[in-house]
Amino acid sequence: MQKTAGLIKKRVLELLADGTVTKVLGWKEGDFIYDVTPASFLSAQEADGLVYSSFCGANLSKYLISECKALTEGKILALLKPCDTYSFNQLLTEHRIDRDKVYVIGVGCKGMLDIEKIKAMGIKGITKVIDNGKELDIKTIYGSKTCKREDALLEKCLCCKSKNFKAFDEIIDPEPETKEEKADRFAKVSELEAMTAEERYAFWQEQLSKCIRCNACRNVCPACSCMKCVFDNPVSGVSSKANTDSFEEKMFHIIRAFHVAGRCTDCGECSRVCPQNIPLHLLNRKFIKDINELYGEYQAGEEVGSRAPLADFTFDDAEPSVVNERGNS
Amino acid sequence: MQRIGVFVCWCGSNIAATVDVDAVVEAVKNEPGVCHAQNYQYMCSEAGQGLIKNAIKEHNLTGIVVCSCSPRMHEATFRKTAEQAGLNPYMVEIANIREHCSWIHKDKKEATEKAVILARAAIAKVNLNTPLRPGESMVTKRALVIGGGIAGIQSALDIADAGYPVDIVEKSPTIGGKMAQLDKTFPTLDCAACILTPKMVEAAQHPNINIYSYSEVEAVTGFVGNFDVKIKKKARFVDEKKCTGCAVCTAKCPSRKGGNEFNCNLDNRGAIYIPFAQAVPNVACIDSTRCIHFKTGKCGICEKSCSAGAVNFDQKDEIIEQKYGAIVVATGFQISDVTKFDEFQYTKHPDVITSLELERIMNAAGPTKGTLLRMSNKEHPKDIVFIQCVGSRGNTCRDKTYCSKICCMYTAKHAMLIREKYPDVNVHVFYIDVRTPGKNFDEFYRRAVEQYNVDYIKGMVGKVWENEEGRLTVQGVDLLSNRRIMLDTDMVVLAAAIEPSEGVRNIATMLTASIDTNDFLTEAHPKLRPVESPTAGVFLSGVCQGPKDIPETVSQAGAAAVKVVGLLAKDKLVTSPCTANANELMCNGCSTCERVCPYGAIDYIDKEVNDHGKREVRRIARVNSALCHGCGACTVACPSGAMDLQGFSNRQIMAEVDAICK
Repeated sequence: MQKTAGLIKKRVLELLADGTVTKVLGWKEGDFIYDVTPASFLSAQEADGLVYSSFCGANLSKYLISECKALTEGKILALLKPCDTYSFNQLLTEHRIDRDKVYVIGVGCKGMLDIEKIKAMGIKGITKVIDNGKELDIKTIYGSKTCKREDALLEKCLCCKSKNFKAFDEIIDPEPETKEEKADRFAKVSELEAMTAEERYAFWQEQLSKCIRCNACRNVCPACSCMKCVFDNPVSGVSSKANTDSFEEKMFHIIRAFHVAGRCTDCGECSRVCPQNIPLHLLNRKFIKDINELYGEYQAGEEVGSRAPLADFTFDDAEPSVVNERGNS
Repeated sequence: MQRIGVFVCWCGSNIAATVDVDAVVEAVKNEPGVCHAQNYQYMCSEAGQGLIKNAIKEHNLTGIVVCSCSPRMHEATFRKTAEQAGLNPYMVEIANIREHCSWIHKDKKEATEKAVILARAAIAKVNLNTPLRPGESMVTKRALVIGGGIAGIQSALDIADAGYPVDIVEKSPTIGGKMAQLDKTFPTLDCAACILTPKMVEAAQHPNINIYSYSEVEAVTGFVGNFDVKIKKKARFVDEKKCTGCAVCTAKCPSRKGGNEFNCNLDNRGAIYIPFAQAVPNVACIDSTRCIHFKTGKCGICEKSCSAGAVNFDQKDEIIEQKYGAIVVATGFQISDVTKFDEFQYTKHPDVITSLELERIMNAAGPTKGTLLRMSNKEHPKDIVFIQCVGSRGNTCRDKTYCSKICCMYTAKHAMLIREKYPDVNVHVFYIDVRTPGKNFDEFYRRAVEQYNVDYIKGMVGKVWENEEGRLTVQGVDLLSNRRIMLDTDMVVLAAAIEPSEGVRNIATMLTASIDTNDFLTEAHPKLRPVESPTAGVFLSGVCQGPKDIPETVSQAGAAAVKVVGLLAKDKLVTSPCTANANELMCNGCSTCERVCPYGAIDYIDKEVNDHGKREVRRIARVNSALCHGCGACTVACPSGAMDLQGFSNRQIMAEVDAICK
């Protein structure tokens, strides 16, 4: 990780120096070592703060929408992990960003850590995390602790889509495709499907009632890129921004899942940023699972310009009656 | 605030018997915006319309709701009424309390409640209606006929005679269709070829008709008056202009293992072939899947033997693009698959044949030169059993639910022709019912029974098997004498169900024309608009719409032609103002709407917009209102809600839903 971070910084400085790029989109450290946030850097001096660590889970693709618009000269450099490139492609498909304005460096990724999981193990006061690939050696103000790396991975990394980059101008330190069996990303969805309607309702009732309507999921979601969100538009009559009643808080997430259906790359950002730990990605995965089963395997963002099954018609499409029957079960 | 009038129609007893119309008026008169409500026996009548006009003037109405039949029935009527009273016609909403309510409910209380809800939804919508102005579009004065059977030929001839150019697209190498395969025709017993081939020639020679044979419709875009059609002219590997139809090549072709479709595969044809002697165009065609040259690169005998130098192995498929004002679908039918009925031994025994195969056997140009022979041993048969309704009128998954309509008559014809030509042959017919409505039809059937002594047995056949003598045994029931019967016979003829041609689904999809559960094309109204598809500018001719015989087909073909001519005679058409448009401030140019638009009506422009003082160039969807049909697919696909449909805006729909859920 240290080595990769060094290589990235070296290359970023080169590209800034030769004028290939005028701005860099990366991550910087906050008050704590795990408190890593997206940041942009305009000069070599600023780029000194650029980091690449096991806490760089944030997907930077969405920032390119506003960055591309604001960019007047040169290109913007974006550091994208393999899974981020799916979102990047999806945004290109939707004409939200301009490929010519972006210089993509694909950065190798072993899987990112979830600080919430580490904290949940009772590990607090963290000052340093040494990652040897299998185990985490965590230095805290209370002494050293260890945990299995696997137990601390982000949900999205447990079912890693791929170590391959779907878009890039150059790649730094790529990882080989993992050989181990990946977790079944639909396992929890299947579990929910097996529940009775009442049980399922109770599950979501409990989860969604935690929502404080901070809108973080919407703001971070690369598929949520409307000029004017329906929730901010009083004319839409859909819902308002505040949580006025329990019906609205449920509808907010369900409407959002419908809006991104077929376009969601399953980047998992919604659940990652949720301060209430609502497993929002499950709503999206239910859609993805249904789309895969009804219309054949489809991965949004796999390639630019692909026709999503929900916005396409083929003669092999499932008959509406089939879809309807599933809905009734 | 709108000033809305609500008019509740009784439709005689159609609505009033199930819906308490007084209660509906009472319930809606205090709805927001409503300042007048009344009911009347026949709102569509002169007096009813007068009542609406008076109310509009008297109460200064700005919008009206008519609670009546389906908008497909009388929306146009009431829009005209409103216009005559000075109201914009798009300020009229119909609440369908007949088809959607009174006709499907028995309980008056429930039906009344529902009628009130439907009325409230329409009122909520009209509250948000805005006056709309229709546009105009030009009419391309050229018609396309898909299918070159008797239906297509007749439609094309009638349109061409009225002075408009017509193109016939026929997928096989010749026009003529199924009728060309028939021997004699009921009820007059005149020879099919003698009456059909002159029409084929007439079509070919007509200055206004152009035939694209061995061609298929590849894509259709556009709309009534302005269809853009791509036609694929398949490579026939023979130059149509050079070929004289001398048929030397067809006789010399050494590849003779494949069946001859025209003779129902009862004999074989060469890889280069002319389907039959009177084919139009009389031009050979190479079947590249069977041709030795295409398989091995050798042979080329046809090329060498052609004195006109017409054979061209390098010919390629050609795409022709043409504009049309109207399209007639005349794709006809095919015999349904009888291999599902294995109890009749069709796949196992050559003497079990379909009626169309018998037609070819009886035909002088057929595989036996018109001599009735058993296909197994080429011997003269002594007994023939006909089985009716094979695959028709059933309710198992093997069957069609409908009656194929033509089988009773052609079976009577076959029986009669056989008895006439071979009085020594015994003919038995197993039937469920004999259905012979039609001019001179029942007389025809009675002649078969009374004059020709055909043995009609009411009952069905259970199974057929080959007996020890090498003949066939038929086991069936005679329902009139209530006994099981076994008949030894030489041939069994199956009256197989007819079904719409394969590929009609594809064509229907291209035309956005609807089809029913049996794949027959749906008419705009089963009684009053039987030759029009619900899709404007698309007309139906022949069996593609439902089973029918030749006289009926020809009448319908003529009727479809009249509708086409009526359309082409117009210089301009009024277009619906109910089209989509994108809100520039909300559209983010994501292309989703373009992907779901079935009419190719959406493209994108880079446009400078002023978003609350912020000026920037954005990629924005643009709808071509001439191409937009107002289907609304884009409005629901748009993730931002930027797409909206005039006359059916998102707000209006939500208001309707809210009113219903209230």
